[in-house]
Amino acid sequence: MSRLLVGPFNRAEGDLEVALEISGGAVREARVNAPLYRGFERILLGKSPHDALVIAPRICGICSVAQSTAAALALADCMGLEPTANGRRARNIVLASESLLDHLTHFYLFFMPDFARADYARQAWHAATATRFRAMTGSARDPFLAARAGFLHLLGLVAGKWPHTLAIQPGGTSATVTAAERLRLLGIVREFRQHLEGFLFGGAAAEFAALDGVAALDRWRAAAGAQGDVRRFLELAAALELERVGRSRLALFSYGAYPEDGGATFTRGVWRDGQAATLDVAAITEDVSHSWSGSGAPLAPAAGRTVPDADKPGAYSWCKAPRLAGQPAETGALARQVVSGHLLARDLVIREGSNVRSRVVGRLLEAAQLLLLIERWVGEIRPNEPFNRTGMLPEEGAGVGLVEAARGGLGHWLSVRKGRIAGYQIVAPTTWNFSPRDAAGVPGPLEQALVGTASTAAEPSVAIHHVVRSYDPCMVCTVH
Amino acid sequence: MVTEPRPLNVLWLQSAGCGGCTVALLGAESPGLATALEGAGIHLLWHPALSEAGGREVIALLEACLDGSIALDVLCLEGALLRGPNGSGRFHLLAGTGLPMTDWVGRLAGVARYTVAVGTCAAYGGVSAAGGNETDACGLQYDGDILGGLLGDGYRSGAELPVINIAGCPTHPGWVLETLLALKQDEFFAGDLDPLGRPRFYTEHLVHHGCPRNEYYEFKASAREPSQLGCLMENLGCLGTQALADCNLRLWHGEGSCLRGGFACINCTAPGFEEPGHTFTETPKVAGIPTGLPTDMPKAWFVALASLSKSATPNRVRRNAVADHTVVPPTQHRTRMK
Repeated sequence: MSRLLVGPFNRAEGDLEVALEISGGAVREARVNAPLYRGFERILLGKSPHDALVIAPRICGICSVAQSTAAALALADCMGLEPTANGRRARNIVLASESLLDHLTHFYLFFMPDFARADYARQAWHAATATRFRAMTGSARDPFLAARAGFLHLLGLVAGKWPHTLAIQPGGTSATVTAAERLRLLGIVREFRQHLEGFLFGGAAAEFAALDGVAALDRWRAAAGAQGDVRRFLELAAALELERVGRSRLALFSYGAYPEDGGATFTRGVWRDGQAATLDVAAITEDVSHSWSGSGAPLAPAAGRTVPDADKPGAYSWCKAPRLAGQPAETGALARQVVSGHLLARDLVIREGSNVRSRVVGRLLEAAQLLLLIERWVGEIRPNEPFNRTGMLPEEGAGVGLVEAARGGLGHWLSVRKGRIAGYQIVAPTTWNFSPRDAAGVPGPLEQALVGTASTAAEPSVAIHHVVRSYDPCMVCTVH
Repeated sequence: MVTEPRPLNVLWLQSAGCGGCTVALLGAESPGLATALEGAGIHLLWHPALSEAGGREVIALLEACLDGSIALDVLCLEGALLRGPNGSGRFHLLAGTGLPMTDWVGRLAGVARYTVAVGTCAAYGGVSAAGGNETDACGLQYDGDILGGLLGDGYRSGAELPVINIAGCPTHPGWVLETLLALKQDEFFAGDLDPLGRPRFYTEHLVHHGCPRNEYYEFKASAREPSQLGCLMENLGCLGTQALADCNLRLWHGEGSCLRGGFACINCTAPGFEEPGHTFTETPKVAGIPTGLPTDMPKAWFVALASLSKSATPNRVRRNAVADHTVVPPTQHRTRMK
């Protein structure tokens, strides 16, 4: 057994280190280390609860709106406040836009460049793939960044700026949309759809979003004359059998996302052993046995504490280990789509579990849906109706904000005493996916998924890069 | 024969921050990020979010910068530096190296021709230093508004400049690109920095300049709640009349700004903005008068003018200020010669 330390593990948000035990040409054990501590939960203590709307988004530059939304929902829960209908639509638009941009940024800038690596130089597909996706210079980069910058105009209008907007409020949004702006927003979304239907989906986003199983996906991929970067990925995934890489059979969960009149657009729940079930939020705990961020027995987030100790024996990460009913669980776009009953996502997971291919497909599938949903929500805005309402924050109280960020379930647990923040615990998506071992020695989801991945002990294999990045890690959220 | 000038080598590192300044930079437009850099001859040696290389290759690159075999023209740091716990820097050990990021940054700043703090965290500590600052976060050359920080007040980069602080939370992509372009063209000098080390080209403005709520400000017609159209200074914590930045002149994403999004300017380009001493979105007042005055405005005049303009507020402005869409449109004046 020889040890391989991989870091800095880049093209992830934030700093990441992975320690691998390798023998017989494969990973036998993995330990994932988030090597940075930031301390936001302690920064928030003693502040006015409203300040969470300024501080919390600054946990993350790439999931800033998700952090804002979780904070706003925790405050609203504490106040017993429901948002206005326009406010709910505008918040859906802003959060969905962030997630859509994150999925695409992950695909083009973080994930696909690994196929351009010299490790694949002998593959017949390498030259064309490298020309298109190579980091910094690939031909896909400029059209993507230009389309992305164009779409950001939407966030300029509805959020003022991104990241770090203060537009997301407990009762809706501070930004309003006039009738003329609504029409411009529609134009911006349609233009972005046109771009993505050109270079990404190579056809109608609606058609891709509606695929109902693996057979339909295979037919879609093979359609005559069809193009686009999704198909390019699917071809690579087939050539490299990426459905066999980075496999995991852990429970998948989602807090549910994007409330509408009839309930959440993507429903809340858990997918365990091939069955959909209700998510028991009360069964969530954070274990800190291998984390420098605390000590003692696992606690529910509402009672949780963060006390950094860089000298703690046995610890190897600043990340805590969230557990659902005592077990690690995976969260993310694939989990969200499976829980919400998307037929292709379910078929993928029933056949092959969560793996590099299905996690990436889950994200692309969701991107296509979000593109269409944003257009619908913009169309539903009523410019002459209110966007916000205010509430009274009690001197003593508690609130929970559960949202789905691009990378999965994000929770904020707030408690208020004498009008100040007495407790603030944040459990971020990558905290789940990249958690260290728990007290029972059970490794976190990535640590499990890496086991069995082929690699030499001299250099990490490119497959290791695929597995790690297939989760789209956000380390800055992880170590809030 | 004309030889191409050597590209400007930029190394980008991240420590205790959110990565949001990079995320913002990716949104650069007209020109886009890649075009802007390549067109100007700016070469990213390595960027944690964008480069293919990771692990040992990166560590080798850092070593090559340190031993001079690669010329380090610009060291860009995003995120604050964590000196804790107990001065050890162990709150951030650079992955794969076991060494504190403070150590890497200190050594690399020693060989860089220019050292640039991207964002308020890297400049002054920013939100990373909020609360009790238990991580002992600081900026490259400032600890809040006190000179010093990681590198010390006497630090000068190879080009004899202190750290260039492109403060902002996040910082605007245009501020970063224009600074890098000026460095590439050898057009950036000590006199181009303001007293807090920020490029003057964006801090010689107030956020107030170009604010679309200016008529409400003139008449002190104030919003009482988020989403209302009125001025945000009197009740909702807006510091736009005190904050130095051009964000209502050069907009975000071609469209937006904090004020245009209906929320207060929190003065994010300033050291210490993270601890204003009051709830961010509530204006502190004494006897009903905001304690923070517009920059360079004598208090007595402000109070006198505010009271005069309040009494002169047109009905239209007064009513629209507390609505979330225009309820009274302006009157059309007849301009045709009678």
